[in-house]
Amino acid sequence: MTFFFEVLINGLLMGIMYSLVALGFALIYKASDVFNMAQGAMSLLAGLALVGFLEMSFPLWLALLCTVGIMIILAYSTVFFVLKPLVNRPPLMLFMATFGIMYLLEGIGQSIWGTDAKGLNIGIPEISFEIRGILMNTFDLTFAGVAALLVASLVWFFQKTRTGRALRAVSDDHEAALSVGIPLLKAWAVTWVIAGIVATVAGVAWGSRLGVQFSLGYIAFKALPVLIIGGIDSIPGAIIAGLIVGAGETLAEVFIGPYVGGGIQTFFPYLIALLVLYFKPYGLFGKEIIERV
Amino acid sequence: MEPAPLLKVNNIEVIYEHVILVLKGVSLDVYEGQIASLLGANGAGKSTTLKAISNLVKAERGEVTKGTVEFDGKRVDRLFAPALVKMGVIQIMEGRHTFEHLTVEDDLLTGAYTRGRDKKGIKEALDRVYGYFPRLKERRSAKTGYISGGEMQMCAIGRGLMAKPRIMLLDEPSMGLAPLLVKEIFEIIVRLNKEENVGMLLAEQNAAMALEYAEYGYVMENGRVVLDGDAETLKNNADVKEFYLGLTEIGKKSYRDVKHYHRRKRWLA
Repeated sequence: MTFFFEVLINGLLMGIMYSLVALGFALIYKASDVFNMAQGAMSLLAGLALVGFLEMSFPLWLALLCTVGIMIILAYSTVFFVLKPLVNRPPLMLFMATFGIMYLLEGIGQSIWGTDAKGLNIGIPEISFEIRGILMNTFDLTFAGVAALLVASLVWFFQKTRTGRALRAVSDDHEAALSVGIPLLKAWAVTWVIAGIVATVAGVAWGSRLGVQFSLGYIAFKALPVLIIGGIDSIPGAIIAGLIVGAGETLAEVFIGPYVGGGIQTFFPYLIALLVLYFKPYGLFGKEIIERV
Repeated sequence: MEPAPLLKVNNIEVIYEHVILVLKGVSLDVYEGQIASLLGANGAGKSTTLKAISNLVKAERGEVTKGTVEFDGKRVDRLFAPALVKMGVIQIMEGRHTFEHLTVEDDLLTGAYTRGRDKKGIKEALDRVYGYFPRLKERRSAKTGYISGGEMQMCAIGRGLMAKPRIMLLDEPSMGLAPLLVKEIFEIIVRLNKEENVGMLLAEQNAAMALEYAEYGYVMENGRVVLDGDAETLKNNADVKEFYLGLTEIGKKSYRDVKHYHRRKRWLA
C-alpha cells in the first residue's frame, strides 16, 4: 500500500508540471478564443532568457525580473503587431498566426542564446526525505506549492476583481465588451502578460528538470490531453486534469504496464481524454456552449 | 435661441472593408433628454448609423470616411469606443449581447467598467437598475445565457445604465419579443428618459411602436435619411403610413398591387 501511495504522489507531483503548461493555454483561450501554439515556445524563451541572465551573473531575483520583463514586452508586441490587425477575423487565422509566433520565438531565442542544451539551477535543493515511508523531494514540493499559489491567485483574480470580470466578459463576446467600454487590446495584453508569467514558471520548472533545450518547446504537447480532459478554457480544469493525467499515467505504467509489456505512459493520457470526451464533450470543467432555440 | 443638440451627426459616410459604401451621407440631431427614433427596413443602415456614432463600426472593419459626429460640442468620430462610453454614449446592441457565462449581476457590473473603482457609485447604480428591473434582482445569480429573451433585453439596458449614460443608442430593443414585453421595455425606456434624463436614439423596425414613444423620427432607406419630422407629422405622412405602418386610405392593401414600387422609388432618386 505504501508503494501505491508513493507512486500516486509522484504522479500527482508530475501532474502539477503538466498543469502549469496547460494553464497558459487555458488562459489565452479563455480571453481571445485562440489556441496558442506558441505557449511552449514562450516557456522555452523564458527558460533561455533566465539561463542567459544567470550566465551574465545576475542575481537570481534580478534575472527572474528581467525574464518577466521580456515576457511582458513579448505580450504587448504580440497583441499590437499580431492580434490587433486580426481583430474580427476567423479564429483559424489567429491560430495560424500563433504558429508564426512559435517559430519566431524559437528562432529568436536560439539566435541570441545559442542551441546548446543548458542546465538551469535556481538553487532549489533537491533533498529526498520520507514521510510515513513515502519518498518525496523538496524540489517537487516547492513547485507544487508555487503552482498552488499561482492557481489560487488566478482564480481569485478572474472571479473577484474588476479586471478579471472584464476579461471574462471579453471571452464571451468581444464586441459587446467593447460596447460597455472594455478596451479589448488592453484586456488581451493583460491576458498575454499573465500567460507569459505562467509560461515562465513552467519554463523554470521544466528547465530545471530536463535542462533548457530546444525540445522544451514541445512540452506543450504534454498539455494537450490535460486541456481536453479539463476543458480548454478552464483554470481549475487545467489543474485538476493535470493531476488526473499525472497520477493516471504513473499508476498505469507501474501497475498495468508490466502486464502489457510497458511503455503505456505516453499514450495513457490520451485514453483518459478519449473517455472524458465521450461523456463530457466540453471537458470536465469546460464552458458549455449555450445554445438558444 | 434653440439649444445646441447633444448629439449631432453631420453628413457621415461609412465604408466597410474599404469597398462597401453603407451610409451615404446621414445627418441627424438628438437633443438633451429627447427620444428620437430611426426607422427603416432591414439593411437600411440603422445599425450602422448607431455603430458609427458609438465607434463600434471600427471593430467590424468599417470606417467613417466623411462627415463628423459631435457629442456635447466635441468631435468624437475619431475616438476609441471605450472613450465614448466614458463620455456617456452607450450603445445597446441589437440581439442583446449579454455575456452568457456571467451571472446577471456580474453582467450588470461590467457595464460600470469605465467608472473604475467608484465602489459607492457603482453600488448605487446597481440598486437603481434593480429598482427599474425587479425581475433582474430575482435572477441576479443566474447565468445570462439561461434567462429569457425579455430578461436579457432588460439586462442589456440595465448594463447600459450602469455607465451613467447621457444618451443611449438602442438597436432594435423589440427584436424577438412578445408584444406585451415590447410594451414593457418601451415604457421603461420612456421612464429612463424622464427620470434619468437619458437621451435616446432608437433604431426600430417596429415603426408604430417607435413613433408612439418617440418625439422625433428619421426614416432611413438605402443608407440615407429620406424623411424626418415630428412623430405626429410622420404618423400622418402617407408614405410612412403605407410602407412602415401598414395602413392605406382604403384599408389593407393587396400584394398583387405592385404600384408601391414606383412610389418607393421617389425617395431613392
